[in-house]
Parts: sequence; C-alpha cells; structure tokens
Amino acid sequence: MIKGVILMNDKGKPRLVKFYDYHPAEKQQELIRRLYGVLSSRAEDVSNFVKVDSLFGPDTRLVYKTYATLHILFIFDCSENELAMLDLMQVFVEAMDKCFSNVRELDIVFNFNKVHAILDEIILGGQVLETSSSEVVKAVEEISKMERAANSLMAVPSITG
Amino acid sequence: MGSQGGFGQSKEFLDLIKSIGEARSKAEEDRIVINEIEILKKRIIEPDIPKRKMKEYIMRLVYVEMLGHDASFGYIHAVKMTHDDNLHSKRTGYLAVTLFLNEDHDLIILIVNTIQKDLKSDNYLVVCAALNAVCKLINEETIPAVLPQVVDLLGHSKEAVRKKAVMALHRFHQKSPSSVNHLVTNFRKRLCDNDPGVMGSTLCPLYDLISEDVNSYKDLVVSFVSILKQVAERRLPKSYDYHQMPAPFIQIKLLKILALLGSGDKKASEQMYTIVGDIMRKSDSSSNIGNAILYECICCVSSIHPNPKLLESAAEAVAKFLKNDSHNLKYLGIDALGRLIKISAEIAEQHQLAVIDCLEDPDDTLKRKTFELLYKMTKPSNVEVIVDRMIDYMMSINDNHYKTEIASRCVELAEQFAPSNQWFIQTMNKVFEHAGDLVNLKVAHNLMRLIAEGFGEEDETADSQLRSSAVESYLRIMGEPKLPSAFLQVICWVLGEYGTADGKYSASYITGKISDIAEAHSTDDMVKGYAVSALMKVYSFEIAAGRKVDMLPECQSFIEELLASNSTDLQQRAYELQSVVGLDARAVESIIPMDASCEDIEVDRELSFLNGYVQESLNKGAQPYIPENERSGASSISNFRIEHHVPSGHSLRFEAYELPKASVPSRPPVPPVSATELVPVPEPTYHTEFHEAVAPKLSVSGTGSSEIKLRLDGVQKKWGKQTYSSSSPSTSDSDIHKTQNGATKRDVPSSLSSKARDVSYDSRKQQEDVDPEKQKLAASLFGGASKPEKRPPASHKASRPNSHAADKSNAEKSGPSDGGAVKASPQPPPDLLDLGEPTSISNATSVDPFKQLEGLLDSNEGTTAPGSSSSTKAPDLMSLYGDTSLSGQNIGTANLLSTSSSDANLISDVSHAPDRNGHGTGSAVTLSTPLSKGPNTKDALEKDALVRQMGVNPTSQNPNLFKDLLG
Repeated sequence: MIKGVILMNDKGKPRLVKFYDYHPAEKQQELIRRLYGVLSSRAEDVSNFVKVDSLFGPDTRLVYKTYATLHILFIFDCSENELAMLDLMQVFVEAMDKCFSNVRELDIVFNFNKVHAILDEIILGGQVLETSSSEVVKAVEEISKMERAANSLMAVPSITG
Repeated sequence: MGSQGGFGQSKEFLDLIKSIGEARSKAEEDRIVINEIEILKKRIIEPDIPKRKMKEYIMRLVYVEMLGHDASFGYIHAVKMTHDDNLHSKRTGYLAVTLFLNEDHDLIILIVNTIQKDLKSDNYLVVCAALNAVCKLINEETIPAVLPQVVDLLGHSKEAVRKKAVMALHRFHQKSPSSVNHLVTNFRKRLCDNDPGVMGSTLCPLYDLISEDVNSYKDLVVSFVSILKQVAERRLPKSYDYHQMPAPFIQIKLLKILALLGSGDKKASEQMYTIVGDIMRKSDSSSNIGNAILYECICCVSSIHPNPKLLESAAEAVAKFLKNDSHNLKYLGIDALGRLIKISAEIAEQHQLAVIDCLEDPDDTLKRKTFELLYKMTKPSNVEVIVDRMIDYMMSINDNHYKTEIASRCVELAEQFAPSNQWFIQTMNKVFEHAGDLVNLKVAHNLMRLIAEGFGEEDETADSQLRSSAVESYLRIMGEPKLPSAFLQVICWVLGEYGTADGKYSASYITGKISDIAEAHSTDDMVKGYAVSALMKVYSFEIAAGRKVDMLPECQSFIEELLASNSTDLQQRAYELQSVVGLDARAVESIIPMDASCEDIEVDRELSFLNGYVQESLNKGAQPYIPENERSGASSISNFRIEHHVPSGHSLRFEAYELPKASVPSRPPVPPVSATELVPVPEPTYHTEFHEAVAPKLSVSGTGSSEIKLRLDGVQKKWGKQTYSSSSPSTSDSDIHKTQNGATKRDVPSSLSSKARDVSYDSRKQQEDVDPEKQKLAASLFGGASKPEKRPPASHKASRPNSHAADKSNAEKSGPSDGGAVKASPQPPPDLLDLGEPTSISNATSVDPFKQLEGLLDSNEGTTAPGSSSSTKAPDLMSLYGDTSLSGQNIGTANLLSTSSSDANLISDVSHAPDRNGHGTGSAVTLSTPLSKGPNTKDALEKDALVRQMGVNPTSQNPNLFKDLLG
C-alpha cells in the first residue's frame, strides 16, 4: 500500500502532505525534514528510488521525482512496483497539469484543496484507485461544477448572513 | 475580499502564503504562522461567519498544520463543517478532518453520524466524499456503524462509488479483519463487475487476502489468468490504456497475485505459463510502464514453479535491464537478479561485470541493492571478497541505520562462511572497530561465544589457535583510540578468559593491559565491569595453577577505586575479586574453572541434596517451604487472604501496603515486607527509631542495628509517612519473628497451617500483584525470584533491615549451618549468616547496570535461537554464558546456587549481590556458597524462605539516596 504522498519545494517546504497511516503532527514534520535530507543528499542522474526503512519501517521505499522546483514523493511498501509508482506520479502530475493548465508550485499552494481532491481520486486509503489522468480530471471537474452550483445557490444567504 | 476561481481565497490568505514563501528563516516563518494562528483563533469563534469565510479559515488551519503548527483549536469547526449541506463546505470539512484527525480521535464520534447520513445521500459526490472519510476516520469500533451502508454501496449505479466502496471495505479489512470476514465474498463478486475499474480495484483487497491465505483462492487462478489475458489482448476500453499499454496497473496487480498463487504450486503455475510468456514477449521495453510490467513478470516467474523457458526469457530481460543506462532499470535488474538466483544461481555469473559496475555506481540506492544481492549469493568461496567490500562500504557511509544493518550482515556472513579463524577474528575486529556502537550487543556476545566454543568441530587445537589469535589481535588493537564500548567488552572478556591460556603472555602483562583499558575508559562502567571480571579470572587462573599472585600497583588502585565506586555492580565485582584472591587454589578452581564459560552446568532442580538439611531445619522450627502451585493463582490467594487473614487481625497490613503505593509509583514492595511477619508491631518501629537514634549512628555501618536504622531512615524520608512511625523498639523484630516462628512450628505438623500460609502468601501475593509474569518466570525454589524489578529505592532500604532481622532470627535457629558458612568464607563478618540469603533471594533490579545485564541475557538467548552452530544446548548455555561474561565472579555461585532457578534467578543473583556490598558486609557472600555447598546452600534456602515470609526484598541500593543520608 501507499503510505504517503508529499509534495515539497526544493527548499524543503511542504506543499502538500498526505499520510495514509496516521502520524502525529510532530512526527510528520520530522519525517518531512528527514525526507528532505534524503532528497538533498541524492546526486543528479541517479535512480528515483530510495529505501527508507529507517524512517518508515522495514521494506518501505520512496520514489521521488522533481518537477522544476517541486519534489513529489511517494512512500509505499513492497506491495507496489517502483516503476509503476513513478508512472502513477506521472498520472498525478498530468492531472494537475490539466486542471491548472501548466501547473506550477504556486498553483498547488493556492489550490491545495483542489490538489487534495485530485489526489483523492487517484489514491484512496493507500490503494491506487484510478490511473487515467483524464478520468481523474473528469471527476474533479464534476466536483468543481457541483461545488460552484452549490456556492451560487448559497451565495445570497452567505453574503447577507 | 477578492476571490480567485472556484476555490477562491481571500487576499489575506494569499498574503499569508506569500509572506511564508518569502520568509528567509524558519524562525521568521514560525513567527508568521503563530501570528496567523492568533488571528484564526479570534476569528473562528466570531458569530455568524459566512460559509465561504469559514471554509477559508478551515483551509488556513490545514495549511498551518501542514507547516507543523498545532491547529487543534479549530478541529471542532472542521467537524461542524462536515454537517453542512453545501457540498463544497462538506467536502472542505471532510478534507480537513481527514487531515487533522486520526481514527481514534475523540471528535470522530461526532462525525460518524454525518458519515452514515452522507453514505445514503442521493448525490453520488457526497457519497464519494463520505467514502473518502470512511477510509481514514473509521476505526475498529465504528466499523459496524457504517458497514451496512458501505456494503450497500457495492451495488451502486455509479462505478466511481462502487470502486470507492470496495476500497473502503478493503480498508476495514486492513484495520479489523474480523469485522468484515463474512463479507470477503463480496470481493469475489465485484471481481466480475461490469466496470473494469471496479474489477481493478478489487484486486487490491484480493491481493491482501491471498497473501494471508493462498489456499482458499486457488480456484480463482483460472479467472485471474483469463482476466490478464483479456487485458493483455486489449479487450478493455481504450480509456484504460496508459502510454499505449493496456491497463498496466491492472496487469501489474494481476501478476503480483499470480505470483502468490503459483508459488510452490506446480498445477496452478502451469496455467500461468502461457500468459506470462506472452506478456513478456509483447512487452514494450521502451516505456517506463512497459518495463514495470516486464519486471513484474520476472518477479512472477521467479516466484511460481520454475519453467525453463520462462526463466530464460526472464534472464534475458534482466540482462536488458542491467545493460540499460537508466539507474532505475539497473536497480530493478539487480533486484530481479536477486530473485532469480534463488532458482538458478548460475544466472548471476553471466552478469558478474554488470553487478560489479552497479557496486561502484555513485547511486547509493543501487549500491545498496547490489549489496543485498551479494549478501544473497555469498558462499564460502566468495565470502572474503564480499565481506571486505561490505566493510569498506560500511566505513564510508554515515547512515547509522544502514551501517547497523550491513554490520550485522557482515557478522552473519563471517560466522556462516568464515574460511579461517584468523580471517574471522580480523573481520570481526574491523566490524567492531567501525560500527561497534551500532551493532547489537548480542553480536558482541555471539563473538565471545564463538571464541569460547570454537567453530563447533571437535578440534581442540584449532579452537585454542582461534583463541590465541584473538588474544593477540586484541592486544595489538586495544591501544587504538575510540574503540566502541561493545568491542572493549569483548576484548576484556577474551583477555580475561584466554589471555594467559596459551602461556605466551604472563599474567602481569595481561592484567596490566586490562587495567590500561579500564583506565582509558574510566567513564564506561560496563567496560570497567568487564575489566575487573577479567582481572579476577586471570588471578584465579593463576591461583588455581599454583602460582603466586602479585597484583600490579595499577590493578590494585583500579580495584580500590571500584571498591568505593558508586555503582554497586562494580563494587560487588571488586569485592568479589578481593575475596577470591584470598582463597586457596582448590577453592578458586571450583569457583572459576579454567575455560568453563561454555560448560554445561548440571542442575539439580529438586535440590535433593538438601533434603536432610531441610528436615533438620524443620525439626528445629523452620518455616516449611510452600510449593509454587500453592502460591500461584492470585485470585485464590486474595480470597484466601480476605477470608482467613483479615479476621486473624492482620488488617494493619493493608495500610502498610497501600500507602507506599501512592507515594512511590513503581511498586510498594517494602511495606509488604514488613507486613508479612511483623504485622503486630510493624514498621513504625523502625521509623521512630530512625528519628531518634539513627542519625548519629549512620556512619557505623558495621553493626546490624545501625544498618537497619539507616535504611529505614531512607524509607521514611522518601515516603514521609507519619502512619508508620509508632513506638516499638527495633530490637523487637527478632523477638516478633521468633514468636512467629514458634507459631509456625506448632502449625507445621498439621501441614501448613492457614496462618503460616497466609503469612507467606501475603508477601507472595504482593509480588504477584506487582508482576505476575516475573513470577511465572522465576518458578523456582528460591522463588522470591519473582520479586519485582522496579522498585523505589526507598523500599530497598526499608527492606534491608527486615531481612537483617530475619537473618538474625534465622541464625538463632540454624546454628550449625552458620558454622559451616563461617568456616568457608575467608572474611566472616558478623552477619555472615545472611550471606546465603541474597543469592537465593531473587531479583530486584532497580539499578541500571542490572537492567542492562538482563538485556544482555535476553539478547543472548535471542542470538542462539536463530540457529548458529550449537543450537541444541543453546538456551541453557547462553544464559549461563551471559552470566559468565557479564559477571564472571558470579559464575560459581550463581550457577550452583540457582540450580533450580530460571534465568531470572541468575539475573537476580547477580543483581542481588551488590546490595550487600552496599552494606559493607558482603564480599564473601557469593563465595561462601560454593565452598560449603551442601549445608550452606540450604541455609540460604532456609533463610530465603524466612526472609521471604518476612517480606524482605533485598535489593540493590540507590547510591544517591545513600549519599543523601550520609549528608
């Protein structure tokens, strides 16, 4: 199963953090810090895989990929395939790209509830749910539409209230 | 407030993010965030916040928490938001709570109701949101509340909902298999779902289920194979293609499942050969995902019943991976090679060069994976190269976790395949030098054991060669700075045990070296303990060989230093050394036989040789021993106590027990102590005495009475108990005791009168209350053994006096045995009587070193179990061994004495002794027993029983407390 998805920028600042096992807040921060340490110690042009059993217990791996200023990290156990995870990451990025047309780090910062919505369409409870970025985008757009509709209905009361 | 797009935020929020983004330091960021929290705290409780605003506040909370700050003040608002009818609000609320809360959080209970309602909603998006939350927030207890709805959703018209419902059910199964066990057939049903997406998602739970229990899913092999076939033949809708591959994620999951089902099952495997071969042939090795499938095929091939043709193509695929420039593929190639060599080792040989390349690759991940592969393919012929490589690598990295792992692998391989003794010793030296602080202590013990036992062959000369070379290499290496503690311990132990064995080095040379070590590492008590034990062994071997012992001045001063050490453990060791040196050759030989650390020690668990003595003592009025089974069973005992005991007027005991509990959290052993027999005139005695008279006497540690007072003093101070202080003279203890004994005596004939029993039970019971497990563990005659480990120091002190009294009274009763003891021990202190007692009485380990000790013993046992060379007698041996190595001085006594006792007892023996040193009485304690084996052990036994009835728990002292008392 997938244990966590983390987006952080190249300075180690978390942009989106989602653990599928519960970790208390301090532990999360510690993990993020140490993961950043792991990433920064990696040379360029090496594999995208790191064993992180010292952080997450036996046989957990990390797949990371860097898009411009953003690192994306997937942490998972032996029931997933490393290369496939790399592709799942690609699906995630493609979906974000379609939603924000040319996704940038700031898009994620400002819309991270939407990013969460995208991620929730791809991974649910640590299992891969959907692997087609267009399906994901379709689902997310539908949610946005419904939400907008709901909002406009609510608009009047919410302003006066 | 200007909003942006559908997920609009206010300017405030944008500014916040911007300023955080621009923060130049963590401190600045923290300041901004804390400020933000203050604002949110105020805002969020304002009345009538517009929904849009509230949503934003919640998102800001999420943001703040993501940055590592506590936003718990807002959790309740997120919970409230889930109740909202507006989809956007609801989703925001659900998102926030899934990020904020864990499944056991108190607020979950407020959400369950909403989730239930939402799962039944007409709007499938609401249902999806609720299912998302279900996966994260529902725990074992709340599963039943939502389970019916989730199961209903498996038949929902929307495939997105069905998919999520399957996942939610899977999650339930992960969290609490028992609560959904009756529903697992649903997964099989969903496997035939019309929608391939739903089918794909059932593969996740099925994979888990199959890995738990392969056999009940063998019937599905055909289905899985046919699904895989359809997928591979592109029968799925185009939308499932990913980079021109048909539903690759489904293929991968299916291959994983087939690997499980085909493992060790020829018939099932045969059904898979064709499709797996097809997929491998068709695979597209130019895309990432194609290689992922190819890799998964290799894994499958290596797991199922081997098929030569498939293996061949797998080997080809591996070759392709290894030759590829991509590190990712090389990594997978190495991993796949590791799987294939299990089936046919020669495959690796074709790829030797590629493997070596990977070993020298700058990519750490790849390197590690390669070392894993090497580890798997180590054999006697290549062990030297591989281990050397591993050690080099180990020295070059900083990651302690991995360093530890690789160090233990080196050790394992060296133990398993070592070509020569020299090489083995050298390798171990290197490992210890560079990772000694990281490797498990049990590795050190393993090494000592190996050196002691040799390599299992009957070849004594080889073994002694091994030892000599170890000694030599240690003498060479020990001068180096910064050797890890564990290594020094090994060095000391080996020098002590074998330093003079081959006659090459003189005792004074070895002892000089040992004291050098001790001096150079004067802050490490463990090392010092090993050093002093080693000294004792060297000296006693000398004595046993009939040579005169000349202690080097530096050894002398080292021992003197330890005699006054703060650590009771070191003190004991030093005192024991002192007294051993004073003994004659025959005695020494029986205490510390040469090279006997691995000898089996015959244990007469019945202690039959004591029968005569027991009878004699019983005739004299001693308390009879109460068998274990009568003592155990806490409930019956407590009943017993209530029925018989209270009426007999011992209620005072209760008070005594309870109070200390309150003030000293860990355990109240002491009060029980006094309670048992002293009931009528309980502790108060001591306390008063203490108040009035003790203080001046404190320094006079020699006499029993002052000792008593001293300790009590500590007790009272600690507990500050007024209740205790009453006014009977301390001398009365022994009197009381006597009378009590008298009573028992009378009762004895009528087979353990209830009263006598009560008494002893009582003390017993106390212990049981405290630690039933220990109780069980130390199931021996000296069963006091089960005394709790964690005791407040104060209690130790308190217990002391009692034991003392007990001893005294005991002495009065059992004259002859005392005589024996006196004769035996070279330094007969006034209270020699209680010499035997501590050993027999059990484990009260409050002092750190002893805990460590215990840990060592444990780990030792652990090591032996996983089958190293001498597995048969391992456990026994190990425990003894542990004892020896840790506290060589104890070997004689502990082993002899603890005959009937378990490991725990061994420990207790060790731990126990220091106590006596604390009193300044004890150097001869342990020694006396082996010398006058028969009667004295018995004496000890007797005393133990007595003491136990008195409820005395001799334990080690807290040096600090002691200091306090002395001013």
